[in-house]
Amino acid sequence: MSHPSTYEPKTGIERWLDSRLPIVRFGADLMSYPTPRNLNYWYTFGGILSFCLAVQIITGIVLAMHYDASGAGAFMSVERGIMRDVNYGWLIRGVHANGASMFFVAVYLHIMRGIYYGSYKAPREVLWLLGCVIYVLMMATAFMGYVLPWGQMSFWGAKVITNLIGALPLVGKPITTLLWGGFSVDDPTLNRFFSLHYLLPFVIAAVVALHIWALHVPGNNNPTGVNVKSDNDTVAFHPFYTVKDGFAIGLFMIMFAVFVFYLPDALGKADNAIPANPLVTPAHIVPEWYLLPFYAILRAIPDKLLGVLALAGSIGMLFALPWLDTSKVKSMRYRPTARLYFFIWIAATCVLGWCGSQEPDGKLFGIESFNFIDYPIMSVTWASRIAALYYFSFFGIMLFLGLSETPLPVPDSLYTPVLKTPVAAPAE
Amino acid sequence: MFNKTVCLAAFAFIGAFGLAGPAAADDAMAPMDVHWSFEGPFGHYDQEQLQRGYKVYREVCSSCHAMNQIAFRNLGDPGAPFYDPKYPNSNDNPKVKAIAADYKVSDVDGDSGDVIKRPATSADYFPSPYANNAAAANANGGAVPPDMSLLVKAREGGAAYIYSVVAKDGVMTPPHGMIVPAGRYYDPYKSGGVIAMPPPLVAGKVTYDDKTPASVDQEARDVSAFLQWAADPKMEERKQTGLAVMIFLIVFTGLLYASYRKIWSDVGH
Ligand code: HEC
Ligand code: HEM
Repeated sequence: MSHPSTYEPKTGIERWLDSRLPIVRFGADLMSYPTPRNLNYWYTFGGILSFCLAVQIITGIVLAMHYDASGAGAFMSVERGIMRDVNYGWLIRGVHANGASMFFVAVYLHIMRGIYYGSYKAPREVLWLLGCVIYVLMMATAFMGYVLPWGQMSFWGAKVITNLIGALPLVGKPITTLLWGGFSVDDPTLNRFFSLHYLLPFVIAAVVALHIWALHVPGNNNPTGVNVKSDNDTVAFHPFYTVKDGFAIGLFMIMFAVFVFYLPDALGKADNAIPANPLVTPAHIVPEWYLLPFYAILRAIPDKLLGVLALAGSIGMLFALPWLDTSKVKSMRYRPTARLYFFIWIAATCVLGWCGSQEPDGKLFGIESFNFIDYPIMSVTWASRIAALYYFSFFGIMLFLGLSETPLPVPDSLYTPVLKTPVAAPAE
Repeated sequence: MFNKTVCLAAFAFIGAFGLAGPAAADDAMAPMDVHWSFEGPFGHYDQEQLQRGYKVYREVCSSCHAMNQIAFRNLGDPGAPFYDPKYPNSNDNPKVKAIAADYKVSDVDGDSGDVIKRPATSADYFPSPYANNAAAANANGGAVPPDMSLLVKAREGGAAYIYSVVAKDGVMTPPHGMIVPAGRYYDPYKSGGVIAMPPPLVAGKVTYDDKTPASVDQEARDVSAFLQWAADPKMEERKQTGLAVMIFLIVFTGLLYASYRKIWSDVGH
């Protein structure tokens, strides 16, 4: 870690261990890690995300004890075994299934926070890239997890998504065959998805460790985007941020519990309560909410290959963001124009999400489509095209805006905005 | 202030996508608005209604619809139609035993190895009315009657949808000009407008043990409530646990907030 260690082994055993495996020192240094004193609640999502990962892994391991990864047995092992016969199985599955959604709520807010405060800029590019890797792994994990209960949406979702990969030239077909383990989505597919669904969360955990390492080298960014300049700017992580994160996790758990106990199926699809049937295609194949914006981008483009590339590009843009944004000022607090474009970008992403949940030829606000130079523009497809265009343009805007805008004055130190009247140096 | 913003943002976020509802409504009519005892955070099943509903299932629906996720013993679990606190082990519940004994299930005779039929025990699962899907389709004009264990969760609209289908089918006449094919029935609640199930209920189809008059509406309500239980047998346990969890979390979070205020009290931030 980057800050000097303040750990003093106090007992003989601690001294003995410290010169062999300084694990206590490691933990102590994590706790004394100097953290900017001005972090707001948007900075609690890191802790919330760690909580989510732990919850998914613990509930997942218990589910796996009762789960049967076979086409003939999967649905029954979940719906009859786990939901009815296993003691508290309904709770464990309820937490795991809703936990995936909660995880994505947190990760989206975490990413939005990062963009708003410019946390991806030097010297935090690696930290940002690792975060993007986690996000991609999360999507893969959640997608494969959703296949496991082997309901209609599980099966047909798997079919649609694996078929997309088949659109790639040359590599597409072999990869699809490898994923399927045969000529279609079937038992072997379910088996390998289960194996990967069990594996990937541990890969995520490893990348999270790297992510936190990459955080502790440069230290936290903060809402002003101004670097830490003196000890007066920071407080020790513990107890100041353990308690603040703890409180935020408490609030998050309340929201989480509302879903688990009172709305357990609100985020799911009725079709997934029907066992997978390769002969009956559901009327609307829709992914889970957290993938909808990407689904909309995919469908906005009539060509399958281009659609897949646009989908990949929409996530790729996040990876490129540190080099696309040219502004010297990190935080959008001092970049009113950028802030405006950013909020429109959030809105465009929500519009895309909504479009993804609709039938592509559906009408907007129930209005009969009217044509503009031969194009029926009042349709979901056109709404998603316009929103997707903006989604991508935002990254171009960030490129030029940084060169042309005049930011507001940035405070000298991150502590300045806090100090209405100067306060004595912090207790620690 | 900020925590409020965060919470609101999170809810708005889920609201925007998660609860956005099904894809643009198709031709189907919205299910009727029905009031149920199991609605809301304190909702519970009405045990007498579940018993009546079971009777409708047993005497009407079970001749076509299977319920293969449910064992007879489940009928005696807490929250279930025949739960009796005197029998914590539902396998011993005499009502459950009697219901099971009324069914025959196939088994293999341990001595001869012959496939035999024997009376069910409370540990057995409800047997299917048909040997397989082909036989089920063959007997029903090509359509397989769906398994009922999870039917309420498998349809948008849940119990109200089931109620609408069985209470109103046969009562409503198709709009002028609509041709309903032979062996199909008009059903405005199902997308496509036709269903392969003949309207299953008529008044007086069952005789309720508690003397409730058996109107079509009553039978439809009762069987829908029973199917709600079948799809969500742990609902009462879930909501009760939920209440305790919510109280705990609110107190716990309150304490964390107090600690937060205390720890940060003389630190500018
Ligand atoms: C004569 C056999 C028969 C009986 C008795 C019967 N059903 Fe059905 N049911 C069917 C068939 C066949 C279907 C499939 C219809 C289709 O797919 O068009 C069906 C489908 C249904 C559906 C699903 C409609 C949908 O959205 O797909 C519900 C709900 C239903 N039945 C409820 C009941 C209830 C409740 C009872 C008892 C009161 C009952 N059924 C009795 C044959 C029957
Ligand atoms: C990144 C963390 C994880 C995410 C985002 C995730 C997501 C999901 C999702 C969306 C489902 C489908 C839920 C449903 O509709 O029932 C699921 C199911 C499942 N997951 Fe996970 N999961 C994670 C970690 C794990 C881990 C670590 C394990 C095992 C060790 C696991 C085991 C299972 C099993 C057995 C199922 C099938 C049972 C069921 O459907 O409820 N998961 N997961």
